[in-house]
Amino acid sequence: MDQSALRQDLLRSMLRIRMVEEAVADLYPEQEMRCPVHLSIGQEAPAAGVCSALANGDQVVSGHRSHAHYLARGGDLARMLAEFYGKATGCTGGLGGSMHLTDPEAGFLAATPIVGSSIPVGVGAALTARNRGEDRVVVVFLGDGAMETGILHESINFAVVHRLPVMFCCENNLYSVYSPMSVRQPPDRSIVEVAAGHGIRTWSGDGNDAEEVAGLAEDAVQAIRLGSGPAFLEFSTYRWREHCGPYYDNDLGYRTQEEFESWRDSDPIEILARREGWPDREQVALDIAEEIRAAVEFARSSPFPVSDSMRSTLVPSS
Amino acid sequence: MERMLGYGQAIREALDQALADDPDVIVMGLGVPDPKGVFGSTIGLQERHGVERVFDIPLSENAVTGIALGSATTGLRPVLVHQRVDFALVSFEQIVNQIAKWRFMFDGRLSAPLVIRMVVGRGWGQGPQHSQSLQALFAHVPGLRVIMPTTPSDAKGMLTAAIESDDPVICLEHRWLYNIEDLVPQERYRVPLDRARVVRSGTDVTLVGVSYMTLECLTAAEMLADAGVSAEVVDLRSIRPLDIDTIRESVERTGRLVVVDNAHVVGGVSAEITAAVLERSFASLLASPVRMGFPDHPTPTSPALADGYYPLPEDIAARTAAVVGRPAAFTPAERGERRLDQPDTSYQGPF
Repeated sequence: MDQSALRQDLLRSMLRIRMVEEAVADLYPEQEMRCPVHLSIGQEAPAAGVCSALANGDQVVSGHRSHAHYLARGGDLARMLAEFYGKATGCTGGLGGSMHLTDPEAGFLAATPIVGSSIPVGVGAALTARNRGEDRVVVVFLGDGAMETGILHESINFAVVHRLPVMFCCENNLYSVYSPMSVRQPPDRSIVEVAAGHGIRTWSGDGNDAEEVAGLAEDAVQAIRLGSGPAFLEFSTYRWREHCGPYYDNDLGYRTQEEFESWRDSDPIEILARREGWPDREQVALDIAEEIRAAVEFARSSPFPVSDSMRSTLVPSS
Repeated sequence: MERMLGYGQAIREALDQALADDPDVIVMGLGVPDPKGVFGSTIGLQERHGVERVFDIPLSENAVTGIALGSATTGLRPVLVHQRVDFALVSFEQIVNQIAKWRFMFDGRLSAPLVIRMVVGRGWGQGPQHSQSLQALFAHVPGLRVIMPTTPSDAKGMLTAAIESDDPVICLEHRWLYNIEDLVPQERYRVPLDRARVVRSGTDVTLVGVSYMTLECLTAAEMLADAGVSAEVVDLRSIRPLDIDTIRESVERTGRLVVVDNAHVVGGVSAEITAAVLERSFASLLASPVRMGFPDHPTPTSPALADGYYPLPEDIAARTAAVVGRPAAFTPAERGERRLDQPDTSYQGPF
């Protein structure tokens, strides 16, 4: 793909994520989406960039803030919104909600919200790829908070020992809920250097520059496909809104308005739009708005699940 | 063809046949390919099936449990092995939050067909952190199957069924069962994962045994027979789901229930069984049910203390005789010089 086409794809992908999340934020106060939502507004670039480097058959695993990853990977928008509305047509039939997204056919394997807990699931998927001789890269999205969990280090270690085709992508947005890095990790210690201590190849870059992300991910994916074992990538970025919910929360005082504004000024969409020029932006936005309108309509008009629908999901299975 | 096999050999045969039958089956765990092969249950499997399918793991039980899940949900059939239940506790998060809920929370679009074998320790001073028997913890969580096969033939058949099951299965194996032999068919076969088994018929009282306690119940039943009490013994085998129907059918005939769990009584499986029988077969009962198991404190290490920790056949017989209304004292037969911190080598099949 030529660079201009890549930029257009990245722009469209990021704008779509942004507009979906803003629509969710706008509709959320109606209290018809009755599940927690962790919006990705402001950190669309790692999702769009990383997923642009993936091929059919590659798989993605994520955590609590997974909407962007699901959408960038091609997960079904209408079924995602129907899930937020708790409907039978949702991607997990109303059983999971926004924190348990899946679209296996699209290559979005699973997201679960306990920080760190879904990381080894991606490593296990990579083990399957190795054992079955499948040409597959598995991406595990995680945040800076997951660096503090033991299971992250156990998972990287295992992936390195077995040279598994897995790419850990850390979105460092500086905060775990309201807790800044300074109370969680030593000052001036680099996340990629910690990862590199496990013997994994690392890359890091500007997580608000989707083109840079895409380039690094492309390099890492290529190395993995050539058999060099797992990779670890860190992208610095920033969550614009509250940890969980539709609102801004800079008034709480856990971070400053100035800090927020400086990150907002490096809006990943505008950075790339300025670089590329984006003559058909308005039309792209109109198309996305129509897609969202139809998806919301689908979600709203879908039936709620009935308790019988749970039966096929229970253990013991019949 | 049937022949006498030990518990570990029977498990090894189940694994070997599963590995040979299905290229997606893998076996992993600390010490799996080492010279001792988890009490013989995994010896030689790596040589036969390769390092990519049978392998040792880093000391990372939590991640490896999640890795087992990730491999299972994408097509493999992993068997994860822990030499003690106690070691699996660092992976409780994966088991409870992820594995048990995997199929449910993804609306059946994903599943977790995996087996986690865990060995329950006893004796020789293994103490507080090497001899817990935590079936009740696992059985409390919807989404898991929990089995405790007692005999080598059940161990092979239930493990085979567990590997083929689309459900996650926790398989708890009492260490002392590794000392018994049983008639085990050579061919592959399946034993249902949800059925208790009447292992001795009787008319006066129903003894429900869990894992190794089933053998102690059988010995107690012999003692009771000498005292004129006819005890039926049920080997529970499946902890979740509980086969309450088999137990109720027995209790409704005998009118009396004694549950002997290989675990603490408080909050244990014995409470669940007793409650279920009381709820559904109250009118059949001629006496209050009795629950036996471990005292309400951790396992002590010194043999002087551990000797009194576990229910012994004479204890079971005495409690049972009292339930039947024929109180008697029982003395152990031919225990000789055997210390109680070692298994009774006279326990041999066929069962």
